[in-house]
Amino acid sequence: MVRLDGVALHYQVGRRRGPEALRDLAFRIEEGGFRWLRGPSGAGKTSLLRLLHLTVRPTGGRLVVFGTDIGAATRAELPALRQRIGMVFQDFRLLPHLTAFDNVALPLRIAGRPEGQIRADVTEMLRWVGLARRSGARPAELSGGEQQRVAIARAVVGRPSLLLADEPTGNLDDAQAERLMLLLKEMNRLGATVVVATHNAGLVARHPGPSLVLEQGRLVGDA
Amino acid sequence: MRERRHARLRHARFDDLGLRRALGDRMLPLLVAAMTFLAGLALAGSAAAAALVRHWQEGAAAALTVQVPTPADPAPAAGATRLDAVLAALRASPGIAEARALSAEELASLLRPWLGGAAGDPALPLPAVIAAHVTQGWADLTALRARLAAAAPGTLVESHGVWVGRLALLARSLQACAWLVLALVAGVATAVVAVATRAGLAARRDAIEIVHGLGATDRYIAVRFARRATLLAGLGGVLGLLAALPVLVALATLVAPFAGPPSAATLPPVLLAGLPALPLAAAAIGFVTAQVTVRRWLRRLP
Ligand SMILES: Nc1ncnc2c1ncn2[C@@H]1O[C@H](COP(=O)(O)OP(=O)(O)O)[C@@H](O)[C@H]1O
Ligand SMILES: [Mg+2]
Repeated sequence: MVRLDGVALHYQVGRRRGPEALRDLAFRIEEGGFRWLRGPSGAGKTSLLRLLHLTVRPTGGRLVVFGTDIGAATRAELPALRQRIGMVFQDFRLLPHLTAFDNVALPLRIAGRPEGQIRADVTEMLRWVGLARRSGARPAELSGGEQQRVAIARAVVGRPSLLLADEPTGNLDDAQAERLMLLLKEMNRLGATVVVATHNAGLVARHPGPSLVLEQGRLVGDA
Repeated sequence: MRERRHARLRHARFDDLGLRRALGDRMLPLLVAAMTFLAGLALAGSAAAAALVRHWQEGAAAALTVQVPTPADPAPAAGATRLDAVLAALRASPGIAEARALSAEELASLLRPWLGGAAGDPALPLPAVIAAHVTQGWADLTALRARLAAAAPGTLVESHGVWVGRLALLARSLQACAWLVLALVAGVATAVVAVATRAGLAARRDAIEIVHGLGATDRYIAVRFARRATLLAGLGGVLGLLAALPVLVALATLVAPFAGPPSAATLPPVLLAGLPALPLAAAAIGFVTAQVTVRRWLRRLP
């Protein structure tokens, strides 16, 4: 499902090569697997999720997602792969001029699903995250926690094969965080491969599972 | 399948990138309108020049004037006056449609402005003047000169075609300038659309990255920009055309007496066909430029 061999990532700062955010990463995640992604702030968790989300390409090593070598793939091959990946961003990344409904519907529209099916799926998804009555609100009218739940709904609505979440409980209270974990586990049980980055030790303790641990861009734990 | 296609079409109208605000909905149409206005004038200039060339070539170009000094003297070939010899040679030449010697009164009235009362004086040694018309496409002036000089040495042939040829060259140069202006205007319109599209891309960078991350293809994103650019450029084209029309009709009214029958105060058919093409061309420039600009820009994303 996901395989890394000696993967490195250098950000480009202007025209020059920036600092190395990830170095010599090697691990694999089996189809339907679950991983916590842990490590202090700045360790490279977000960078690794960007790699898995195919929105940056590795600058070294070999990254294989869905059986495709991402370093060697053409630009035209990537959109179809991205449509099979759901991502909850740390900063939500909702479109500010769209309602909660349209934000959640976006991946389905991009995938060209018929509008009738979109309506049903989005309504169901918004109910799941407890925002059924806020479906007409724009992000600016929503609280941080509500925006995060819209972002979660958008990541999950397309039933992705690979589900990535970057600190998804950061703006949620404990009850909402538990509810989110239930959702992620349910998606995992239905067959999705799930990777959740967090520095919330309590959450990890309540939902034990294998962890990838990063420190200064290196993998220091895989268990 | 049809439902899916229909859904895609509806989706394409969905403004997920917020382009309604990001892609200059005032500047772009106004600039394209100005370009279309200029293109309309250039097109009209080209059509007018073409009409003048045609008119001159049909009329004055067909005229020749032949002067025969001492017309009543005997010609080298025996049995005829020099005038008769030239007339006969002229009528026998290929490409001459009609040749007629001016009468003494016609000649006198032609010369009166210069010579006053003396113009009618029969003692004045005036040459005979023959007015001739040539058929379309005739050009062999040198051969004709040689032939007429053989019939009566000293005969002069003057063709108005030389002047018409120069005027036609001028008109054709004007036409070339008009086409150059059209090409320039199209180039500037392309640049205007490209700049507006790039500004829209910069303004919506975040939204584009989000949509790209959700699996949108380059096509998906480019179509949205192209739709908007086509609409705005087409709108500008229509506005520019509407602004140009009264000007063109006024110019056509001024040009009409020179270019054709007095009743032809409407726009020439070439122009009537070309003008509606301008907003279409503006829309096409909008579509193609936006597509190319967006797709090139998107290459910076993985
Ligand atoms: N877009 C970027 N450009 C340049 N450097 C970046 C960028 N994003 C992250 N970094 C750097 O990469 C390193 C890892 O960051 P990040 O992946 O965000 O860590 P984490 O999510 O674990 O806090 C940090 O040193 C950070 O400054
Ligand atoms: Mg992070």
